[in-house]
Amino acid sequence: MCDQTFLVNVFGSCDNCFKQRALRTVFKKSQQLSYCSICAEIMAADGLHENETLASLKSEAESLKGKLEEERAKLHDVELHQVAERVEALGQFVMKTRRTLKGHGNKVLCMDWCKDKRRIVSSSQDGKVIVWDSFTTNKEHAVTMPCTWVMACAYAPSGCAIACGGLDNKCSVYPLTFDKNENMAAKKKSVAMHTNYLSACSFTNSDMQILTASGDGTCALWDVESGQLLQSFHGHGADVLCLDLAPSETGNTFVSGGCDKKAMVWDMRSGQCVQAFETHESDINSVRYYPSGDAFASGSDDATCRLYDLRADREVAIYSKESIIFGASSVDFSLSGRLLFAGYNDYTINVWDVLKGSRVSILFGHENRVSTLRVSPDGTAFCSGSWDHTLRVWA
Amino acid sequence: MAAGPAPLGGHPRAQRPHLSKMERVVVSMQDPDQGVKMRSQRLLVTVIPHAVTGNDVVEWLIQKYCIAEDEALHLGTLLVQHGYLYPLRDPRRLLLRPDETPYRFQTPYFWMSTLWPAAELDYAIYLAKKNIRKQGALVDHEKVGYHHPSPATPAESSQRNPSPTSGAHSPGSRLIQMHKHTHPIEGVSEGRWGVHPPELGVGKSFPLETLNHPQAHYDQLHRKINHTWDLVVMQAREQLRAAKQRRKGDRLVIACQEQTYWLVNRPPPGVPSVLEQGPERGSCTARQVQMTKTVDFYKREIECCRKALGRTRVKSSVCLEAYLKFSSQRGPHDPLLSGCLPSNPWVTDNDTYWAMNAPSVAVPTKLRVEQWAFSFRELLEDPVGRAHFMDFLQTEFSAENLSFWEACEELRHGGQAQVPALVDAVYQQFLAPGAARWVNIDSRTMERTLEGLGRPHRHVLDDAQLHIYMLMKKDSYPRFLKSDLYKDLLAEAVVPLEMKRRVFPFMWKPRHSSPSLALLPTSTSGEPEAAAGSPGDGDGET
Repeated sequence: MCDQTFLVNVFGSCDNCFKQRALRTVFKKSQQLSYCSICAEIMAADGLHENETLASLKSEAESLKGKLEEERAKLHDVELHQVAERVEALGQFVMKTRRTLKGHGNKVLCMDWCKDKRRIVSSSQDGKVIVWDSFTTNKEHAVTMPCTWVMACAYAPSGCAIACGGLDNKCSVYPLTFDKNENMAAKKKSVAMHTNYLSACSFTNSDMQILTASGDGTCALWDVESGQLLQSFHGHGADVLCLDLAPSETGNTFVSGGCDKKAMVWDMRSGQCVQAFETHESDINSVRYYPSGDAFASGSDDATCRLYDLRADREVAIYSKESIIFGASSVDFSLSGRLLFAGYNDYTINVWDVLKGSRVSILFGHENRVSTLRVSPDGTAFCSGSWDHTLRVWA
Repeated sequence: MAAGPAPLGGHPRAQRPHLSKMERVVVSMQDPDQGVKMRSQRLLVTVIPHAVTGNDVVEWLIQKYCIAEDEALHLGTLLVQHGYLYPLRDPRRLLLRPDETPYRFQTPYFWMSTLWPAAELDYAIYLAKKNIRKQGALVDHEKVGYHHPSPATPAESSQRNPSPTSGAHSPGSRLIQMHKHTHPIEGVSEGRWGVHPPELGVGKSFPLETLNHPQAHYDQLHRKINHTWDLVVMQAREQLRAAKQRRKGDRLVIACQEQTYWLVNRPPPGVPSVLEQGPERGSCTARQVQMTKTVDFYKREIECCRKALGRTRVKSSVCLEAYLKFSSQRGPHDPLLSGCLPSNPWVTDNDTYWAMNAPSVAVPTKLRVEQWAFSFRELLEDPVGRAHFMDFLQTEFSAENLSFWEACEELRHGGQAQVPALVDAVYQQFLAPGAARWVNIDSRTMERTLEGLGRPHRHVLDDAQLHIYMLMKKDSYPRFLKSDLYKDLLAEAVVPLEMKRRVFPFMWKPRHSSPSLALLPTSTSGEPEAAAGSPGDGDGET
C-alpha cells in the first residue's frame, strides 16, 4: 500500500466572494465557514494596519515581553528562601488519612468543600456527582450527568446547590433537595455554554453567579438564574485548565492557568487581563491564591509548583525536587499560607514549606494519580480525590 | 497547503514530560561509573549480563536524590510500572522488590516514548507467538485479547462494523481449528468447537469470564483480525524461527523485554493502565479558532504587555517580608500547623470544635475574636464580627455605612434580574437627597454615581461602595479595635480546653451528622442561620 497524503479539495461557492473556487474551512468567531484561499488570506491579514504583518506583530509582542522581564528583574532584590532564613523550621509532620470515601465507580476528577466544613461534592469520569457528609462518610445526594469526564464541580456558598460540567461543554446547576419525591436532575439548570470541555467552575460570593473555564481557551462569568453571559475573558492561547477567585477586599479579580503555560490575572468587571506570568514549562493544571490574596501558587505538568507575587509582579519561588518527576495536578494552601499541599500524578501528595521552599513531608496512600486537592474552609483538614476511585480526608 | 498564518506554538504538544524525565533517570542509572552496580545474573542454566538487584536500585535512588526509602521504592516501582525496568524472574508482575530480585533495563526500542501507541497487529503477532510457543498457555485476559483484541483507539473500533462471523471456514476459525490440532487442550472435544467467539467451546475449557470484560469487543474486532489472521500467524512463526537462531540468553532477554512492553501497553484487568492521560488537551477546535484570531491575539498580548510595563511594582523584599508577617500572625490559627482546641474533629471524631466555631455562635472563641484585628476584610467576613461591628457603628451613629456596603454587595453578587429594583432601592434609601439613611460620599463620586444610575448595572455603585469601604476601614475600624466593646469581647471570649484523643475504642461514640445547609431556612441575605447544634439529626443514607 502506497503511503501518500491526499489533500481533499472541496469545490464550491466561497462564503465571502461567492466565486467558484477550491474551499477551505475557516472559523470566524467560532462559526464555521468555507472560504476560498484568497479570502482566507485576506481574512488572516484582517485588522492589520499599514506596515504591519503578522510576523512583525509577533516580534513586537516578543520584544515587549523581554522588556517586561527586565523591568520585573530590576526590583528583585532578594530571594524568598533568604528572607525565610529567620523563620523557624517546621517540625515533623504526621498527617494521616482520617476518612476514605468509597462509592465512585470510576476516576474521581474534582471535588469541592461546602462552607459547613464537612460536606463535599465530588465528580467522576462516569458522570456521577456525589454529595457526601465526609465526617460520617454518608452519601447524601447523587446525580448522574448525561456526559462522561465531569472535570469540574463546585459547591454553592449557601450550601443549597452544586454546579458541575465536563465533556458536555456546559455547566449545570442542581439545587440540592432532600425531598425523596423530587428528582434532582429535573430541576437542573444549564448555565454555561462553551465550545469545548468545561475544565473548572466556581461560584463567586453568592449562588447567583458562576465563573467557568473551558478547553476552548476562554473563561466566562454567568448569571445563574437566566444563564446570561455577563463577561467573557479572552487571552489564553490554548485550553484553560483551572481558575481561582481572589480573596481580596474589592473581590474583583481571579487567576486562571492554561495549556499555554500562562497564568493570567483578570479583572472581572472589564474582562481585561491585568497580569500574566509565563515561567512554567508545561501545562498549568491548578492555581490557588495565597490566603492574603497578594500571591498565588500554580501546579504544572513540569513537576514544579511556583509562587507568583502580584505586587512584585513576578515568580518568587519554585517548589521542585529532582526526585519528583510527575506533574502536579492540584495545589492548595493551609489557612496560614505556611504549607502548600500538592497532589501529583505519581500518586503522592507532597507538603511544601512555602517560605523556606523545602518539602516537609510526602504522603502515600492513593493507588493512582491524585487529580484534585482542596483544604477545608476552616483549615482543619484537606481532601484529595484520585483516579483510584476514592477520596481521602487527611489531617 | 497554501500559505496561511503560522499556527500558534508551531510545535506539537508534548503531553507527557514525565516520560523524558524518567528516561533521563534510567540513563543515568546505567552510567558505568555513577550508575547502579551491574552484575551477571544466573537464571536456570543461562547467565544474563547487566542485571541489577532491586535493592541496589533503591539504594542508588536514595543516594542520588537524598530521599527516604519509601519514596525511593515508590519511584523505582513507577519506573518498573512504566516499563523502563523489567524483572527477570516472575516477569508477569511489574513490581520493584527491594531485595536480591534481578532486574534489567528495558531497551530504548521498547520505551513508551519511542514505540507508542502499540499497534494492534503487533499485539496479535505477540500473542500468536506465545500461543504457539507455550502450547496454549495464554492467561485469561490474553485469550480474550487473542480472540478479541481490544481497540487501540476509539476511532479504530468505531470504524469496524459488528457482523456475525462466517462459517466454519473463515480464517479466524481456521486458526482455532489449527489450535485444536496442534495443542490438545484439556477436556475439549471436536464437537464443541463453534464458530462464534462466545461459543467456541472455550467457555468450557478456558473459563472466559473475562469475556464480559470491557476490553473485549468481539464481533467488531474478530472481523478485522479475520482477514489478517494468516499474516499474523505467518509473522509469528517467522519471528519464532529467527529467534531459535539466537543464543538462549538473548532469547530470554528479548522475550522478557517484549513481555514487559505488552504488560505496560495491554495491562491485565484490574491493573491500572499507566498510559491513560485523560481527555485530550489542545484539541483542534481551539487551534483552529486561534488561527483566525491571530491578529487579535497578538494585539491583545501587546496591549497587555504595554499595560504591564506601565504598572507600579513593589520591591521583592517588601513583598516577601509581608509573607513572613502574614504566616507568623496566622500560624496559631492554622489547625494543620498548630492544632486546634479542643481538638481537630477529623482526628478525634469529636465535632465540638465546629460547634464552638459555628457561624453564629453566642460566645466566640478567643482566636476568632483576635482574628478580627488582623484585617477589616476578615472582620466583615465573620457574621459574628460583622454584627458586633454594626453595634459599634450604631453607637457612633454611622451604621448606615455598613448597611450601604452590604446592599452594594448584594447588588454586585445578586441575580441579573434583580439589578434595576435593587439599584432603585439603594438610591431611595441611601443616596437620594433627604434619604432616611443618607451616606456621606464625596461630591465627585456622588455625581458620577448619580449619573450612572440612569442606566443601572451591577457595577454602577462600585465607586461609592469603595469609598464607603475605605472610610470604614481607615476611620471606624481602628476605633472599633480600640473600643471597650471590642476589649470586652476579647475578655469574654472562650479558650477551649484541650481534649485528648480517646484511647479506648470501646468508648467510641458514633459520629453525629449535622443537618445539611440545604435544609435550613435561609435569612434574607442568603446566609443560612446556624442550627442549634442538635446532634443526631437527619442521619444521611448510605
